[in-house]
Order: sequence, then C-alpha cells, then structure tokens
Amino acid sequence: MTALQGSSGKMGQTARNRITKTLLYILLIIMGVSFLTPFVWLVTTSLKKIGAVFATPIVWIPPDPQWHNYVQVFQMLPFGRYLLNTAYITVLATIGNLASSMMVGYSLGRLRWRGREAVFGLLMATMMLPGVVTMVPLFVMFFKVGWIDTYYPLIVPSWCGNAFFIFMIRQFMRALPIELDEAARIDGANSLQILAKVILPLCKPVIAAVAIFAGMAHYNNFMGPLLYLSTNSKFTIQLGLYQFRGQQVTLWHLIMAASTVSIAPLLIIFFVGQRYFVQGFSFSGLAGR
Amino acid sequence: MASFAENSSDTVHSTPPRRRYAGLLAVENRDGWLLALPFLIGVLAFWAGPMLYSLFLVTQDWNMMRPSEYCGLDNIVRLLDDELIGVSIWNTAYYTFIGVPLRLVLAFLLAIALNQNIKGRGIFRTVFYLPSITPAVASAVIWVQMLNPEFGVVNNIIGIFGIEPIAWLTNPPYAKPAFILMSLWGIGPQMVIFLAALQNLPPELIEAAQIDGANGWQRFLNVTVPLVSSVTLFNFTMGIISSFQVFAASFVMTRGGPQNATLFLVLYIYDTAFRFYRMGYAAVISWMLFAIIMAVTFIQLKVTDRWVYYEMS
Repeated sequence: MTALQGSSGKMGQTARNRITKTLLYILLIIMGVSFLTPFVWLVTTSLKKIGAVFATPIVWIPPDPQWHNYVQVFQMLPFGRYLLNTAYITVLATIGNLASSMMVGYSLGRLRWRGREAVFGLLMATMMLPGVVTMVPLFVMFFKVGWIDTYYPLIVPSWCGNAFFIFMIRQFMRALPIELDEAARIDGANSLQILAKVILPLCKPVIAAVAIFAGMAHYNNFMGPLLYLSTNSKFTIQLGLYQFRGQQVTLWHLIMAASTVSIAPLLIIFFVGQRYFVQGFSFSGLAGR
Repeated sequence: MASFAENSSDTVHSTPPRRRYAGLLAVENRDGWLLALPFLIGVLAFWAGPMLYSLFLVTQDWNMMRPSEYCGLDNIVRLLDDELIGVSIWNTAYYTFIGVPLRLVLAFLLAIALNQNIKGRGIFRTVFYLPSITPAVASAVIWVQMLNPEFGVVNNIIGIFGIEPIAWLTNPPYAKPAFILMSLWGIGPQMVIFLAALQNLPPELIEAAQIDGANGWQRFLNVTVPLVSSVTLFNFTMGIISSFQVFAASFVMTRGGPQNATLFLVLYIYDTAFRFYRMGYAAVISWMLFAIIMAVTFIQLKVTDRWVYYEMS
C-alpha cells in the first residue's frame, strides 16, 4: 500500500469523496425534511385555534397548543364507534387473508399436483388484472344478494386468498427443506397437519409481514366502505373522516385532529413492526436472490 | 411406482409426469387442489363471475331502480359520442405517463443515495416510507391544506424562490401537476424495493468492472442499472397499472374538478354508476379502461423484454 501523503492525486480523491459524502447527506436531509413536512403540518394545525390556521407567515409551533381540539373531535364524531367498526372488519379480513393465503401458498409451494403451474399462472395473471373492471358488476352482485350496507363485501373476499400474499407465502415456503414434509408424512400426517404443525411455526416472519400488510390495507380501504356502507353507524374511520370533512369544511383544526387520530394506529404498528415491513419486501422475492 | 425423491432439490419444484397416481402422489394431487380451492373459488366469484356479468351489463340500459331494458350496443355508441371520455382518458394518461417515470426516477435516486455507505440509513428509509402508509383520505386532507393558494406550505416554499402563488387545485392547468407532486410523496415502497435489489447485487460483477478500468459512472450505467432492470420493470409496470386506476385523491380533494381537470377514468366510472345510475354505460367504460391498461402493459412488456436482465437462479 503506498503512503497517501505526497501524492496530490490521492489526497484530492479523499477530499473529493468527503465533499461528495457531505453533499449526499445534505441532499438526503433536505429530502427527508420535505417528506416529513406534511406530517408536521398535520399535527401543528391540529393544535391551533381556528383563526390561527390561516396565519401567514406559517406558524410551525403553535404557542398555545389546543389539546382540547382532540376532545372536541371525539365529541363531534362517533370516533369510538368508527374505530370499533374498523377494528372488526380489519381483524376478520386479515385473519381471512392469512388463513386462505397460507393454504393456497402451501398448495402452490410445497405440494405437487397436476395443474399446479396453471393455477400459479392464473395467480400471476390476477395480480396484473385491473380491478376497476369488477367494481360495478361486484356492486350489482352484492346488491342482488342483499349485502349492501353490511360488512360482508368487505370481509368475505379476503377469505378467498389474495394473489400478492399467496405469492409471498409461496416464495417463502419454497425455501424450507422438503425433508420436513417427508418426515411428517412418514409419521402419518396429512397435508393439513403438515401445514399447521410443521410448516406454520416456521413461517412466523412471513405471517407477520402478511398480517401487517393486510391489516393496513383493510384499515386504509376507502373505496370499499364508500361503495358498500350507507348507514352512518356502520362507517369505518376512513369513511367517517371523509364525511366529517364534507360536513365541517371550515373547521380545519378539527379535521386535522381527526386525521391525526386516524393515522395514529398505523404509525404505532409501523414503528413496532418495522422489521417485518422490510422483511416483507424481501419475501416477495422481487429484489433479492 | 417410481421413487418420488430422486433428486431432493427437484421434488418441490417439478410436477410428476402424467399417469394414474397411487399412494402419496394421489394424496398430494387431491390435497393440492383442495388447499388451492379458496383461491379458485375467489377467482370464480370475484373475478370471472363479475367480468362475465359485466359483459352482459354492457348491453343493458339500467338505472337500478326500474327493471333493466335490453339496448344492444347503444352504450358503446354513447362511448364514442361522449366528450367526457376523451377528457378523462387525457387526464389519466397525463397523470400516468408523466407521474410514473417521475416516481420511478425519484425512488431509484433515493435508493442509490441510501445504498451508499451512510449513517442513519434506517432512519432515512423510515422517513421516506412513512408517507405511503398514510390512508388516502388523511393524505388528501393534508395536501388540500398544503396546496392552499394563500397559506399553503407549497406556495410558501416556492415563494422563497420568488415564484408567484399558484392556485393549485382551482386553476385547471395546475391541478394535474399538483396531483403528480402529491404522488411523489408516496414513493416509499418503490424505493424500498430498489434499495433491497441494490443491496443484493453480486459485488463480483462491479469489482470486475472496476478492475477492467471502468470509472464510477460507467460502472453505474453499464453494470448496476442493467442488473436491477427486472426490478425497474416491475416497479414501472405496477406503477402504470395502479396509476391508471387513481381514484381516492381525485374523489376527496377535487371531485373531478376544476372544470374536469382531474376527472380520471375510475372517477368517471364511479360517477356514471353511482351518481347518474347508468350501470350499463359504466360497464362499457370499465371495459374500455381494462383494455387500455392491458394493451399498455402488453406493449411495455414486449418492448422492454430485450433490455431486461433476469438472473437465472
């Protein structure tokens, strides 16, 4: 290794690297702040008095945080009701996603059967099909069976598997050694028992990832409740927030407070389960070998 | 009966040859179908069924309140006369073909930045991913405020550079750019996927290029970019498919305005079906959008096929 001093080329290189690094940090920090700004604005505005919301120049930290805005929101909106409804739907739908996707993922990933590859092809196809084409006819079909203004349209389809989750689980399961299944078969287990007792315990990471992604998707679902729910007491948080905003157009501080409340559970889950988010992406096999 | 475990690495991935099965193979054959049933039932009930029914709906004139009447291809004819169709196709195409590449580039640049040897990568990744978990309604509420002409954050920032305040959501030419700007906030998932791909690149290839004398820029263009091309294609394809179906933001923020500047196709379908109660016509527009998306996806996959590198695993 040659000494660094004396060779101005090498010295220039290190200095240049440091400048590049510093520039990189500066750029990243600017971008990071930009991405966080909307959140800061959300919380800031939620703590202002109605008159102060429109202040220019912008007040980033309200001098007199109106914490009671949040209390007011809970008084004006049946938020507790909405939260319960949303929890009910989310939990049932997520369990449905998990149970069905595990079954199908196991079938596609570890069982050998004629037609398996065709069904897998069908799975990939449904991932790319634009869902818009089913929006109207599904509504009509649900209407004809009397499921409008019930939770059935929001929960039942989840019990039939979800293409992306099935794919993720299949990829994960394929990596497990086949000897496990074989040993269990020799011991007399049937396929369901193998899935439940042998494979499932090993799938905890992907189960966690699917649970988080599915849970968030159901919690955030706006179009579903919008289409299928009409009674106010059945509304989910997203729908309730939308209606609140429509009714109280000028009460921005309260709307922001309500929005913050609607985001809070997600943020908590995200920070607690952060590991599984990143894991989830790698399970889909998109990015790694 | 042939041994089914000839080659351990094979058994899970290959299907057995065609013949009558006995014993274990028969069991797996039956169980395979049984366990895949939820998905198959789902496809029938929630994809194939509705799609077929929708084809029937196309020929009907129905407003959900009185019985439907057969009207042949009238709905399709109406499609050709409807000027709002042209408007919504333009809006959707604008949003898609400008927004998707922008999002892709930004996600890729951020991923490259985070792939460098920097401290706090986890924090940055979190910060960039967080907006994408925000529900659409809350996001819309926040951005309506951010884009406010008088006191919105966006106009404050561009004011620093001396630009006059823009009436983002009430001035038609600026509405779609506002939506595109807003969509940049949600590039988190794409960035994470890119970052994971970059971190999984085999270092040997890059080192080899370095040994061969390639400088950083050349290594990037000729080694890194091609190696992540399959991920790029995935992000691009999924981006296009989802972008064509944008709905929530336009529904909550502008309801299609100002002057139909943000009337995207799915919103138009929604209005046709659930505001004007023209179920047959809505079905036609849905099929048109479906065909457009499939055509664009197909073209894109065909065209980029030569440029994408898939590592054989």
